[in-house]
Amino acid sequence: MKLQEYQSKRILARYGVPIPEGDVATTAEEARRIADRLGGRVVVKAQVLVGGRGKAGGIKLAANETEAEAVAEKILGMEIKGLKVQKVLVDKAADIRNEIYLGLTIDQGAQRMVMMASAAGGVDIEEVARRTPEKIFKATIDPCLGLQMFQCRELAAGIGLGKDVLSDFVQVCLGLYQAAVDCDASLAEINPLVITGEGKLLAVDGKMVLDDNALFRHSDLAELRDLTEENIYEAEARRYGLSYVRLDGCVGCMVNGAGLAMATMDIIKLYGAAPANFLDIGGGARADKVAAALRIILSDENVCAILINIFGGITRGDEVARGILQALDEVHTNVPIVARLVGTNSEEGLNILASANLITASSLVEAARLAVDAARGILPSAG
Amino acid sequence: MSILVDRNTRLLVQGITGREGQFHTKQMIEYGTQVVAGTAPGKGGTWVEGVPVFGTVKDAVAATEANTSVIYVPAPFAPDAILEAADAGIPLIVCITEGIPTLDMIKVKAYLDARKVRLIGPNCPGLITPGEAKVGIIPGYILTPGPIGVVSRSGTLTYEVVYALTRQGLGQSTAVGIGGDPISGTSFVDVLQLFEDDPLTDQVVLIGEIGGSKEEEAAAFIAEKMTKPVTALIAGKTAPADKRMGHAGAIISGGVGSAQDKINAFRSVGVQVANHPEEIADLVRQYI
Repeated sequence: MKLQEYQSKRILARYGVPIPEGDVATTAEEARRIADRLGGRVVVKAQVLVGGRGKAGGIKLAANETEAEAVAEKILGMEIKGLKVQKVLVDKAADIRNEIYLGLTIDQGAQRMVMMASAAGGVDIEEVARRTPEKIFKATIDPCLGLQMFQCRELAAGIGLGKDVLSDFVQVCLGLYQAAVDCDASLAEINPLVITGEGKLLAVDGKMVLDDNALFRHSDLAELRDLTEENIYEAEARRYGLSYVRLDGCVGCMVNGAGLAMATMDIIKLYGAAPANFLDIGGGARADKVAAALRIILSDENVCAILINIFGGITRGDEVARGILQALDEVHTNVPIVARLVGTNSEEGLNILASANLITASSLVEAARLAVDAARGILPSAG
Repeated sequence: MSILVDRNTRLLVQGITGREGQFHTKQMIEYGTQVVAGTAPGKGGTWVEGVPVFGTVKDAVAATEANTSVIYVPAPFAPDAILEAADAGIPLIVCITEGIPTLDMIKVKAYLDARKVRLIGPNCPGLITPGEAKVGIIPGYILTPGPIGVVSRSGTLTYEVVYALTRQGLGQSTAVGIGGDPISGTSFVDVLQLFEDDPLTDQVVLIGEIGGSKEEEAAAFIAEKMTKPVTALIAGKTAPADKRMGHAGAIISGGVGSAQDKINAFRSVGVQVANHPEEIADLVRQYI
């Protein structure tokens, strides 16, 4: 679960990371009032859960509250990578002397948390990793001991940090680490961590991504989820315990199992159409969950054919069939549906589906071809 | 014998009294697995499907000499279950549970590594040696004994591939699900080494997906250390970047982990990569 910049910064501040003075505005007028209160130069920053906000024109400096209002007026309502800007963060502008990258992530290969620092701050760290990896210094964190001060000092030495900010830097590293551990973050990043003209450290940006698997033990953080940014279908899917990702194509798919769901999307593409979504109903889904899944797919206007691919282990074909009929009862549709049921109770499931006007297939290849044909308006002849 | 589990496995089921535990214990017994004990906190002295239940793994091991454990315990309690089994001296632990927090798994894995305990999973369907033992939830009927080792990050996609092989008379030695999480107990490389050393396995089918670099590590291992042929399938060619596709470990992040990169890594070391699950049988047949 991604957190907005202002949410990440407020958490980091609680762990002793210095952040700029600032507040969130949802109207240009509010932005003006905040800028007025802060006095002097401010930066108005779009709060959307995507990178590249600056390049898209979503981050702008303003000399005073009047400019802040004008800038906020432009940024609010702007669309950045498909997301509408509903909030802006108005921060006091910093006097930036140097920019550092400081971030904490999970190294899957080493199976450890790793803290990374680079003197190439304020730019895309992935670019730095690609072009000049020697500019990134890493400290692998022992899961029993946690991040140690000496590791922070080694990072500081690597990036050539001056001794006047060394002890502050160590505190920021330790604070970032503790925040990430306490919140079960998969990523916690300050880019840039700035050295101001006064020689102080300041986290001008902050980003935290929380481990979805850990939200059960962080009800307070789970509440921070920005529902305004979530697609209503993805939100609905989440409520039912479905994994759903909307895509651009027209062949909707419903599958049991994430790997099989991805393979199903891939085979649709292989035969010449594009998948409309990824949807995993998980194992052992009951009829009402299946019905919710199909309803979500049918709500996508781009969908012109649907492929249901079920290989039942603990998932039962008859339950899936009941769920399909339930959805079709509620949502009348002309979209052709190809159903392929294999495994547990698949015979029973197909019998239940006999009454509905579905196209059936026994192999995945056959099912995919039929779905792609159906998407092109080619339906199998009756009989 | 094949790898890891066989007719001599003495299996302990942790969480045996829960809904999942009970259901799958019955299935595993029906398959012929030697299920010798179960555990459920506070439920020692009871019986499930003819299996004695103990309150602790230590008691279960002392009474039955269980040497393998399978865990059907919800995510908040699964790390504790894994640690308990490791502490009690179980050398092979299979954790089916999905949803364990990543930071928990980092600590658990470090503990297991220090004790040389092997963990399969978490978030996996388990493993199965056809005709001998099933540890987990892989449906037994889709397999048949044969010389092909199968290793996969997926659940039902594994079933799809294995079923296609079985229908074409291409049997399996052992099928291992290593799971879909970012921090796993066992990697592709670990299982490939076991298959390479197994006299009953002639070739391997590897099923990967987007996210992480387990496939790339496997490709390097195959180039340097494997003599037996490997055929691969990689799911997620159509997956968008930065979106978790179901499995916690299935995410293309920071430009790393795309299906195409993995396919290229395999092809560059001479591993054939199928375009879809049913095509694997054709590729595998070339090596029979």
